[in-house]
Amino acid sequence: MELKNVNIKGIPTAEFNDNEYLENYIKELEANGVNVVLGKIDEFINWGRSNSIWPLIYATSCCGIEFMATAAAHNDIARFGMEVTRNSPRQADLMIVAGTMVHKMAPLIKRVYDQMAEPKYVLAMGACAISGGPFVNSYHVVNGVDQIIPVDVYVPGCPPRPESLFYGLMQLQRKIKVEQFLGNKQR
Amino acid sequence: MENIKKLILNTVKDAVIEEKQKLTVTVDYTKLHLLAKTLRDNAELPFDTLVFLTGMDRGEELGVNYLLCSSKDLSKEIVLKTGTTDRENPLLYSVTDLFETANYNEREVFALFGIRFINNPDMRKFFLNGDWNGFPFRKDYDANPELNPLNLESKDIIDIAPRIMEIDGKLVESTVNIFEEDDYIINIGPQHPSTHGVMHFRTSLDGEIVKKIDVHSGYIHRGIEKLSETLTYPQILHFTDRLDYLSANINRHGLCMAVEKAAEIEVPERAQYIRTIMDELNRMDSHLLAWACQTNDLGATTAFIYGMREREIILDIFEKTCGGRLIINQNVVGGVMFDIYDDFQKDVKSFIIYMCDKLKEYDRFFSHNVIALGRMIGIGNLSKEDAINYAVTGPAGRGSGWSCDIRKHIPYALYDKVEFNEVIRTEGDSYARYLNRLDEIEQSLHIIEQLIDNIPEGDICAKTKAIIRLPEGEFYSRVEACRGEFGVFIESRGDKFPYRLKFRSPSMALVSAMPLICKNEKISDFIGIGGSMDYVIPDIDR
Amino acid sequence: MILNYSQPLEVTNLTSWLDAALRSSLPEFWVLLIEFVLVGVAFLAAYAVIALILIYAERKITAFFQARFGPNRVGKWGLLQSVADMVKILLKEIVKINRSDRFLFFAAPFFMIVASMATFGAIAFGKGLHAIDFNIGVLYVTAVSSLGIIGVLLAGWSSNNKYSMIGAMRSGAQFVSYELSAGFALMTIVVLAGTMQFSTMIEGQRYCWNLFNGHISSLIAFIIYLISGHAETNRGPFDLPEAESELTAGYHTEYSGLQFGFYYLAEYLNMFIIASIATAVFLGGYMPIQVKGWVAFNGIMEYIPSYIWFFGKTAVLIFLSLWVRWSFPRLRIDQLLNLEWKYLLPINLVNIVLMVILVLSGLTLTDLLPGWF
Repeated sequence: MELKNVNIKGIPTAEFNDNEYLENYIKELEANGVNVVLGKIDEFINWGRSNSIWPLIYATSCCGIEFMATAAAHNDIARFGMEVTRNSPRQADLMIVAGTMVHKMAPLIKRVYDQMAEPKYVLAMGACAISGGPFVNSYHVVNGVDQIIPVDVYVPGCPPRPESLFYGLMQLQRKIKVEQFLGNKQR
Repeated sequence: MENIKKLILNTVKDAVIEEKQKLTVTVDYTKLHLLAKTLRDNAELPFDTLVFLTGMDRGEELGVNYLLCSSKDLSKEIVLKTGTTDRENPLLYSVTDLFETANYNEREVFALFGIRFINNPDMRKFFLNGDWNGFPFRKDYDANPELNPLNLESKDIIDIAPRIMEIDGKLVESTVNIFEEDDYIINIGPQHPSTHGVMHFRTSLDGEIVKKIDVHSGYIHRGIEKLSETLTYPQILHFTDRLDYLSANINRHGLCMAVEKAAEIEVPERAQYIRTIMDELNRMDSHLLAWACQTNDLGATTAFIYGMREREIILDIFEKTCGGRLIINQNVVGGVMFDIYDDFQKDVKSFIIYMCDKLKEYDRFFSHNVIALGRMIGIGNLSKEDAINYAVTGPAGRGSGWSCDIRKHIPYALYDKVEFNEVIRTEGDSYARYLNRLDEIEQSLHIIEQLIDNIPEGDICAKTKAIIRLPEGEFYSRVEACRGEFGVFIESRGDKFPYRLKFRSPSMALVSAMPLICKNEKISDFIGIGGSMDYVIPDIDR
Repeated sequence: MILNYSQPLEVTNLTSWLDAALRSSLPEFWVLLIEFVLVGVAFLAAYAVIALILIYAERKITAFFQARFGPNRVGKWGLLQSVADMVKILLKEIVKINRSDRFLFFAAPFFMIVASMATFGAIAFGKGLHAIDFNIGVLYVTAVSSLGIIGVLLAGWSSNNKYSMIGAMRSGAQFVSYELSAGFALMTIVVLAGTMQFSTMIEGQRYCWNLFNGHISSLIAFIIYLISGHAETNRGPFDLPEAESELTAGYHTEYSGLQFGFYYLAEYLNMFIIASIATAVFLGGYMPIQVKGWVAFNGIMEYIPSYIWFFGKTAVLIFLSLWVRWSFPRLRIDQLLNLEWKYLLPINLVNIVLMVILVLSGLTLTDLLPGWF
């Protein structure tokens, strides 16, 4: 699988940032060789997974409102098939962490993440979820949600615009599309 | 006010009365409860609303400032101060029996300053976990992260509240169980689609009926007030946007006003116009979202999308003005940061016409829907007395018949020059609050209509020094945010940093009334009432 | 033969040819076995495909109501969106819940899917497209479709989750109540049609649909059936069992992967089943629109295959259901039960008596205007 085969409708690969990261990721995955047949099945599975990302919104503050704007009429997250927000972590594929994480919340987000079913992804939305944002010096704020759970995509902004969130979601789709479920011998 | 002064001296002989920005009375902590009760109950001018309850670390002593005002005329204000020098085991008397709203505020003061209140029925820490080491807002707090490491283990919630009661002149420490032994308790929140943020309501149910609600807060406590103590005034401004992010501009206006008043900065006329128009746009933006969320809580998803659709047009206007959508960073000390763009008037005017039309559509679509009426009329009744007691302001307070619009009582910016009605309904149910919001959108449109064509030419920002130092003193400012009265209290010691900064959040009062008005309602209505109160959690937790 | 010539697009032609071909070369037993297997596979496939189409249709129609686009990035116009969802959900991890009743937890989704599948089998999709035609078809459908509630109740009980439990209890109360109304509404029409067999009932509506035949009484029954049928499928404004804004995901909160997929499919299929029963009972099922005496018109209408008629009528009813679902706010549980026990049920009982009077005293349209209908 090569990066140029990873298609996102309407946007050429060259226009994405962080292509290098994905290329390295592919190299790492393909280090042990790829089975041709299983690779094809993988592509099919990844097509399904990447196009059906049902989010769980872990909204704590302002970014949650921007997510609502993203889901509403003007921006319409449904175009990507992602409007099926599941409030139960068991049924969600993607956790969008939108907002500041504080000490009191930390065990709870860990628990919700553990409750999600594989495959699961995490998107850190906004400066607070990435690093603590403007509250980085506070005694009660966790400096980035990646101290608690692994994060796949970071979307900067305070709060990020809906377009930024879409861009982040498309980056996540690209990441899912190069994954190997069956084809990798290591698994 | 002379009579009040006499009354104070008659009640407490050794009270120290000072004329600062507000009338300030300092009393011994043993007398405070008596004085507050006398002030509340006096016939001439009852001070029956507790606006601020601010914990203070004054260096030697730990204390509390109370700002009381009269529910009939919000501009009649009085500040009570008290304190104790015992830093090891500070004890003050609670005023919860006089003002219900004091309950959560006192618990907050306990969590942040370690002051315990005698006779408060529930002395658990409000924002922080019970096992948090130290009291972060004290000046001698040790911020070493090793003392309070990041904990990832979920712990069971213990529903036992400690308290200190005064019985026959003796202090007795005891505990009380929040719930009965065999209650069916569900956790609504902290991560729930309809709590409008990360509020945690532990709810005991009898079938579908809510028996009791226990509120846990602090899941988004970011310590903004503590952070502010190390930042200069212009640096603090952006925090206000992130409190109640839906009335970002108004909150910021409040802080700017406090600083401007203290530093005696004159704001140019043009800036006042822009501020007022932006505030009202912001109010509509917030009320539209509140409408959308309330309908969504009642199960009408399509109405939610419609509300968001109209809101997007306001966001576009914001974006063209200053680049921000939700958090717009427009106000600065002395004026506004960005001037309006060329087509601003045209855009706003076309929005006014569009919005009037859409309000009618909302009425057709939802306001008279028979299911919606059944879900709102007579549900979540909040009487006027309770509204005052819990200090529930904003559309919710006015839905209970309490005239509490700061824009009318203590006009700021241009609100004394424009004509608008204070929307008041007396029913006090969810439907009154719902209609109030829609009517307030109409009033906001009316206010903007009067201002939009008359914006004068001139500066948009007064010249200010690079570093703003406030003179020594205590400064208050109160503005009408979208959810009610937003207040700022600054204690300055003549430095470029505030010594203590406190925000009065309207949402905390709204949430404190929730256990009262949701009692004996169905669990579905609990969600609906929450939607009608429309609180924003980061505003509470700060 | 002439009939077949005039309806070249009917599937009956294919099935009877297949049957004849098999019988000519194989003994009876093998013929039956092969046909059973073929029918079973066809039904399973149809079940999945219809559900996927419905999911896609709902998402698109909802988007249309809400001034949005809806899915449009997977395939042309997002047509493959539900396929992607299915691929995803098939491969999603199934979480094992600690401290739950394992056996019931795993059995519950099957109750749901089996009940809706069993009802699905009794639907007449078109002329000859009818897996089994009981002489008590209406009774069978009512009885079997109510088995699904066991799946919901078990799910709520076995998950060991308080939200699930409340959702399941709500669902139980709601289903038991509205099943009554739906059953009575169907019985009203049974009185009119004089049969419980779907094929006879549909044939009897050749010139006059039951909806018009029993005029007032039928109309009342139709409306009541639509309301209670809608309530039985647990969809808004009756979606209390899974009320997203209250109970996060209701009774299926703890289910993931394919098990949740079962509930998801069954929800949409139940909507289809309710609509198709309403079509068969009230709107003449797969019968084309026929007017007595208009031979040419009737011929043209007959030329359109019966399954198109069936799916067309069903689609209209489903659209109606979606319209309601996305327009109204949600009822509260006591309002929901009030509506049923204080209004729908008494009206229904009176309505049956009214229908009996209409039929006995010859006041139905076919009796009044025999030349027309």
